Amino acid sequence: MPIEILMPALSPTMEEGKLSKWLKKEGDSVKSGDVIAEIETDKATMEVEAIDEGTVGKLLVPEGTENVKVNTPIAVLLADGEDASAASAPPAKDEQGIAEAAKNGSGEANSAPAASAAAPVLPASVKADVASDPDIPAGTEFVTMTVREALRDAMAEEMRRDGDVFVIGEEVAEYQGAYKITQGLLQEFGADRVIDTPITEHGFAGLATGAALAGLKPIVEFMTFNFAMQAIDQIINSAAKTLYMSGGQLGASIVFRGPNGAAARVGAQHSQDYSAWYSHVPGLKVVAPYTAADAKGLLKAAIRDPNPVIFLENEILYGHSFEVPKLDDFVLPIGKARIHKAGKDVTLVSFGIGMTYTVKAAEQLAAEGIDAEVIDLRTLRPLDIDTVVASVMKTGRCVTVEEGWPQNSIGSEIASQLMEKAFDYLDAPVLKVTGKDVPMPYAANLEKLALPSVAEVIAAVKAVTYR
Amino acid sequence: MAVAKSQVGSKAGSTDGRKAAGHRAAKAASPARSAAAKPQVADFSREEELEAYREMLLIRRFEEKAGQMYGMGLIHGFCHLYIGQEAVVVGMQMAIRNGEDQVITGYRDHGHMLATGMDAKGVMAELTGRRDGYSRGKGGSMHMFSIEKQFFGGHGIVGAQVSLGTGLAFANRYRKNDRVSLTYFGDGAANQGQVYESFNMAELWKLPVIYIIENNRYAMGTSVTRSSAQTDFSRRGLSFNIPGEQVDGMDVRAVRAAGERAVEWCRSGKGPYILEMQTYRYRGHSMSDPAKYRSKDEVQKMRNEHDPIEQVRLRLLDKGWASEDDLKKIDADVRDIVNEAADFAQNSPEPDVAELWTDILK
Repeated sequence: MPIEILMPALSPTMEEGKLSKWLKKEGDSVKSGDVIAEIETDKATMEVEAIDEGTVGKLLVPEGTENVKVNTPIAVLLADGEDASAASAPPAKDEQGIAEAAKNGSGEANSAPAASAAAPVLPASVKADVASDPDIPAGTEFVTMTVREALRDAMAEEMRRDGDVFVIGEEVAEYQGAYKITQGLLQEFGADRVIDTPITEHGFAGLATGAALAGLKPIVEFMTFNFAMQAIDQIINSAAKTLYMSGGQLGASIVFRGPNGAAARVGAQHSQDYSAWYSHVPGLKVVAPYTAADAKGLLKAAIRDPNPVIFLENEILYGHSFEVPKLDDFVLPIGKARIHKAGKDVTLVSFGIGMTYTVKAAEQLAAEGIDAEVIDLRTLRPLDIDTVVASVMKTGRCVTVEEGWPQNSIGSEIASQLMEKAFDYLDAPVLKVTGKDVPMPYAANLEKLALPSVAEVIAAVKAVTYR
Repeated sequence: MAVAKSQVGSKAGSTDGRKAAGHRAAKAASPARSAAAKPQVADFSREEELEAYREMLLIRRFEEKAGQMYGMGLIHGFCHLYIGQEAVVVGMQMAIRNGEDQVITGYRDHGHMLATGMDAKGVMAELTGRRDGYSRGKGGSMHMFSIEKQFFGGHGIVGAQVSLGTGLAFANRYRKNDRVSLTYFGDGAANQGQVYESFNMAELWKLPVIYIIENNRYAMGTSVTRSSAQTDFSRRGLSFNIPGEQVDGMDVRAVRAAGERAVEWCRSGKGPYILEMQTYRYRGHSMSDPAKYRSKDEVQKMRNEHDPIEQVRLRLLDKGWASEDDLKKIDADVRDIVNEAADFAQNSPEPDVAELWTDILK
């Protein structure tokens, strides 16, 4: 039987990749361990080794094809004695389909998560209606880009603008970023401003904070915020409190950024959402963008901000594409929520990757005749509670959605503030949809259960709307 | 009774057979990295002796007054006095460019502030929690700063200032100036992990930072022999190839001489340098310390035989550079400054209640 070689998943969050190069051609014999192709993932270019022996019967995906989904057959390997006709090659139109996806170059293929990964349910379309953002001038042209590109562009633009801005962290320079967020920065700005550190979170967070006290503007990349627990003393005790302790004399203009929360199948120690933790702390600003436009506009604002800013990204969102305003200097204000979708029956409040469940739920609810208003908080501290209150005064109902744990969550805070500020307007208790109150399990089915789901959001909405 | 073996002594008076303080721990550095030969403790000029005497006395009298005011209920919370260790900051300050080179330390910080030239009135008013304090009453004993004097605090988490001070040095290198960061910490902090994370980066990137380990022999109440596997702190940079010296931290001349060697090393781009200052604190760890962990005799012996101020006083008298009357005059001047600071600190009003909500964000 001919063996199909499938597009491999080469990272926990990889859903698709580019088949950059074939190193074997049709008719070549292949031994186990031979490098047969190079594949560019969301993180790096990787070599693919053959597992089985045989002869390359057919290359199903031409080299240079982008957006090849994980588990797509990419080649057929023939055993001794088999000929190419034995290979039940997929019809040519499939190849065209792939090629077309490559031409489009958009990340909409993200709507189909990798079969092998228990990736969170993603909305059918991740294109946000950013044009409705009052901070974007009317008539602005948009370009499609991923959150990853938006973050990189934001840093590059600010580094061009201000020589005091530098990036420091693990693998940010020569490796081009563990998640490729800093790709190309070393080449443009050099090793003095794009600085690889040893694996030493506590130390480099303190060092960067010291540099900020001396007036520089560091961007500290944590490979993930899970590792920032090693550094949280410096973030809170040194970066967040010094302005107050010095009576306003000395502060730290510094950004701590990196992926936060669960990725996919990486277990308990690498899957924690710190949104509520940092949002608790006076002296910090905390930003958690969902769209690429917000990622770009808010990261630029964070870098310019004279205060310490915690910038919570999400690994799964890195590859998602959104419309981003084509402006020379697109900066969004920190501390303002965005009404992602207007509605009248219920207010859904979320942020970051929580928005993926929320947006999808709102679409399904619309089909059932429930018109949800969706608020993307974007900033968690200072919290734009006014926008939430105004919405709840209109809808009378509120459901919050986040991946973090339930106790003392962002949703808990919103529920509490709504009791104080909109009690008379509430027609139902505020409900929270959160991650479950457990460490993140590894098994695919358990991980899926531990995270919020679209169904849970819909159930909560039906509960508060008494449907 | 857990009396630590004495590690401090004047060159002539080391009573415990340990090598004389001031002896360079040459073994700490590879030969290639030898920063200096065995140090010569050069004598001070008359002016230098008088300056050192006056500066150390100011710290001593200030701290005595702070202790007194604490007892009177005018100062609250944590208050860590620097009495006994004065030669360290005064000697180091004489080796640097005041107002250019940065200084950062932990919570026992009053002496460092006075040595950099910060105003005694502002420091004392911070201790009393009043609006004319350096942090407008919002920082307290452990948290004061002065951009003008390049004093970066005043940090309450043991060891945190080591990474921060390394960051100050990073900023110097980034800006390509030749300033040096003086990063002070104690024998207790020397066991924190981030100290070694910082050592690694400082040597890796050749950052101009002098790590000044003020070994006063007790981490709170735990003697170095009970807390540290390696009690020769000058060797703590060994595995990072950072040169280190043990310095008689009770002799202001030895401190300045070592400081000058370290500053030269850093300014010339060779990276970090470690100075272990062998010193002693006469008072408890903080005001609430009953000091059960050491004997009164041990303290008394140190005061009688190694007091940093007394050493200078005797030299000034011996050489005929000052008379008893001259020194009394200096003492009176210093007391005036301290009394004025104490009056100021008691008369300055409490912060406006609106201050509660300011300086959280810029």
